[in-house]
Amino acid sequence: MKSIKSLILASVFGLAATVAASAGTLDDVKARGQLICGSNPGLTGFGTPDDQGNWTGFDVDFCRAVAAAVLGDAKKVKFVPLSAKERFTALQSGTIDVLSRNSTWTMSRDSTLGLSFAGVTYYDGQGFLVPTKLGVKSAKELGGATVCVQTGTTTELNLADYFKANKMEYKVVAFEKNEEVLKAYQEGRCDVYSTDQSGLYAEVLKFTTPTDHMVLPEIISKEPLGPVVRQGDAQWFNIVKWTYYALLNAEELGVTTANVDEMKTSANPEIQRLLSIKSKNEDGTEADNDFGKGLGLGPDWAYNAIKQVGNYGEIFDRNLSQLKIARGKNALWRDGGLQYAPPIR
Amino acid sequence: MTAQSPGELRQPPSREAGPFAWFYSPRVRGWLTQLAVFLLLAWGLYAIIFNTQANLKKLNQNFGFDFLTQAAGFDLSTSLIAYSSNATNARALVVGLLNTILIAVLGIIFATVIGFIVGIMRLSRNKVVAGAATLYVEVVRNIPLLLQIFIWYALVLKPLPGVKGAINLFDMIFISNRGVTMPHPLFEEGAWLAPVFLFGALVATWFFRRWARKKQEQTGKSTPVWLTSIPIILLSPVLGLALAGWPLTFDYPSLAGFNFKGGMTIVPEMLALLLALSIYTATYIAETVRAGILAVSHGQSEAAAALGLSRGKALRLVVIPQAMRVIIPPLASQYLNLTKNSSLAIAVGYPDFMYLGGTVNNQTGKAIEVVFILMVVYLGLSLLTAAFMNWFNSRMKLVER
Repeated sequence: MKSIKSLILASVFGLAATVAASAGTLDDVKARGQLICGSNPGLTGFGTPDDQGNWTGFDVDFCRAVAAAVLGDAKKVKFVPLSAKERFTALQSGTIDVLSRNSTWTMSRDSTLGLSFAGVTYYDGQGFLVPTKLGVKSAKELGGATVCVQTGTTTELNLADYFKANKMEYKVVAFEKNEEVLKAYQEGRCDVYSTDQSGLYAEVLKFTTPTDHMVLPEIISKEPLGPVVRQGDAQWFNIVKWTYYALLNAEELGVTTANVDEMKTSANPEIQRLLSIKSKNEDGTEADNDFGKGLGLGPDWAYNAIKQVGNYGEIFDRNLSQLKIARGKNALWRDGGLQYAPPIR
Repeated sequence: MTAQSPGELRQPPSREAGPFAWFYSPRVRGWLTQLAVFLLLAWGLYAIIFNTQANLKKLNQNFGFDFLTQAAGFDLSTSLIAYSSNATNARALVVGLLNTILIAVLGIIFATVIGFIVGIMRLSRNKVVAGAATLYVEVVRNIPLLLQIFIWYALVLKPLPGVKGAINLFDMIFISNRGVTMPHPLFEEGAWLAPVFLFGALVATWFFRRWARKKQEQTGKSTPVWLTSIPIILLSPVLGLALAGWPLTFDYPSLAGFNFKGGMTIVPEMLALLLALSIYTATYIAETVRAGILAVSHGQSEAAAALGLSRGKALRLVVIPQAMRVIIPPLASQYLNLTKNSSLAIAVGYPDFMYLGGTVNNQTGKAIEVVFILMVVYLGLSLLTAAFMNWFNSRMKLVER
């Protein structure tokens, strides 16, 4: 009888309580003391765990920078490996706080998927990898070929467009997991492996004889890759966006992991604003330069990210120089690249 | 507490009277419990719908099926109907559903044939035959299916040559690591006569069978029904085509550049999946068949032997018909398992319904809608299979008079 009474009571109270509204992502992350970051299950140079479970890579380091800016500690990140097919659902459902997993910014992902791309951390384009013995020198010669790709990507869409636009026939074999795509390509199930060119360079290094394969010169698409957050949380969107811009501005201003402590005494107003250093007036009074406040973060937000992870150029070199990928389009704007950050002021 | 008379043992006296007496009436109790369960259920449903709506709104998304009419944009390795990247998402899902049905139907046929043979083999008096069947069942059914799919995929792909060194059968069928490529039949004006003739042959067979049974019941003489009707059924469409003046041509495959042009191809992904599903499910069917046969009392076989029936005939005419009644219900669950297990197709990139649900979800971001469609369709497929098996079961069960 008691149990029946409590059952009724519980259901009545349950009805009254309905569903508690969730707080903003920033509060969730702070309360948890950990950032949950969606990452590639294994793409050399961008996001891959070693046998001890330590993650390395360009996209992974970006998450560490966000963790350093938000929580003051770059180590407070949990990485969730996601396949191309799972990644957006994981973000939409709130399983992860930020998705940093070589994802292409497209209009439909912005509009109908309910996601927001916080910037383009890496400008990429889709390319083709073929065995040298195939004797193909250009993508235009691929009519009739069988192409292996990963399902649920912009890659499979671009592929259909490219062959249609060039009036060539082709066969596609699409797998859910990248390892299966690679295995099928290596076993000769298809003539061509296609993905973002950075991915091609990264994967070919894992082959037993990388020299037996070549990347074709054509780039058939624009693939602006960047971190993604859920729509509807402007504060969190700003935090991720401005962490990226802070890393870029740091490179531009020459602030590195090694010299960021010295830079705290810099008289350069741009560096002072980046690192939240108080500027001194001639009469000795001080003025605040704290831009972290506007994001809901502490004054050391950018300092922590640069000190613990490095500036954009450092992150790029640390992770991608091993793949022999040049800065190219990802050089700073003043060096002829596309990486351009709005000013902190 | 007052003293209790023996008749009141079940109800303590304090509950008999007082303002709360109604609370202890079984009727009221029953109603209250049902009300509580109903309220809980309603609250759960309300919470799910409210929560989903609120979350979708936060993401600036709405619930709707408009995406079904948008262009899919991706190509597929194999399809039973015309499909290109210009087709709609709805058509892409239909391609997946047809591929699922194809693999399920073929898988069920192969698994049943293998399963019956192995199940009977396990009961063989020949130690080698029985041992081989036992080994097969014990090994295959104890290895996870996903692993077997991968193994079969590797076994299908690895030994096969590339396109240029394809195994050539009479310049018509080519076997390579791109699949089995064979001539594609093209039907022209007048080809409708073939299915009409086939249908006619099937109807004729049915009447023939009825007549043969009647004759046997009256005269005791048996007529070889299947021996005469199978050739007729097989030949009837050919006869139809011949009468229509052969409105049938074949598109022969030929090597052109990287691949075969023309013809039709069974992709290796499908072969691997079909092999894995049928060989795995066959082990369970074999066990079901064995159990069914063992369930028929030994006296039945002895009686058949006493009548002078051979062991094979006794099995076919006496034991199996009775065993079927035990076999069919678990057989139905195995068919359902096979249909649902076919969703592992995605592991080897065979575009089944699950695969396309995932791809469409990923390209459009309509997770809730796609999962809803997936659930409804798989449920529908399973219910259809179950309904068919129930019908079959009621036909086969012991007719009691």
